Amino acid sequence: MKAHLSRRYLFSASHRLHSDALSAEENQLTYGKCNNPYGHGHNYILQVTVSGQVDHETGMICNLVDLDGFVETGVLARYDHQNLNTLEEFAHEVPTTENLCIHIFEIVQRGFPQAHLERVCLEETMMNSFEYAGEGRI
Amino acid sequence: MLYLTRKVEFAASHYYHNPDFTLEENRRIFGKCNNPNGHGHNYLLEVTVKGEVDSRTGFVVDLKQLKEVMNREVLEAMDHRFLNKEVPEFAKQIPTTENIAVVIWERLAGKLERAKLHRIRVYETPDLFVDFYGEV
Repeated sequence: MKAHLSRRYLFSASHRLHSDALSAEENQLTYGKCNNPYGHGHNYILQVTVSGQVDHETGMICNLVDLDGFVETGVLARYDHQNLNTLEEFAHEVPTTENLCIHIFEIVQRGFPQAHLERVCLEETMMNSFEYAGEGRI
Repeated sequence: MLYLTRKVEFAASHYYHNPDFTLEENRRIFGKCNNPNGHGHNYLLEVTVKGEVDSRTGFVVDLKQLKEVMNREVLEAMDHRFLNKEVPEFAKQIPTTENIAVVIWERLAGKLERAKLHRIRVYETPDLFVDFYGEV
């Protein structure tokens, strides 16, 4: 039986939306308040969805301890309580939640082979969320 | 095609244990969930059905009928129960969130009039849920 398991995690980070390819005025027009040079913060909610066969012996798609452990060290340790703009992956890329979602998807896909990664969803605020499924459908 | 979801909560206890594993394997794989006295959750169940809107009633499914089926097949069987000891399907399989979703699907599929079962979603906690779409 193939099932999908979703797990949610919380991390807090700050960012500033600004592109060097745009003029100061274009940045203001495009990003509005998010262009504040001091940055601003979010409590991001990360939802990771994996899928796989339910193991006949354990009743699990994958061991949650393994998934939690990987996300703690591979994702949360990297982004929690950080200023995203100071991180290497955002040296030349705007740390929008879209881009962050893609980076997190790639980290989990590369580093967690115990189950198939279906999608990553990031809630930036109560009103906005972003999902990325790699090459798959949402 | 329209999708309708009905939610219901049930409170149950369970523990994770495979009698074919050694005590040490059980403890290592299942950790705190292996406590033989069990532990509990307020499970949240979302049943999603799909179908076309009936032109006479405006319904995808008769909600009264869906509610009766959910009460009979899920709540009466699992609410305020110790899943390992009181639900027949869990005599021989571990009541993980995955298996609970599959068992609920099997109990509901084919019992709905007009609409088809699309997805069973079981939240064990607000941060952990399983979706089952009936895929083997």
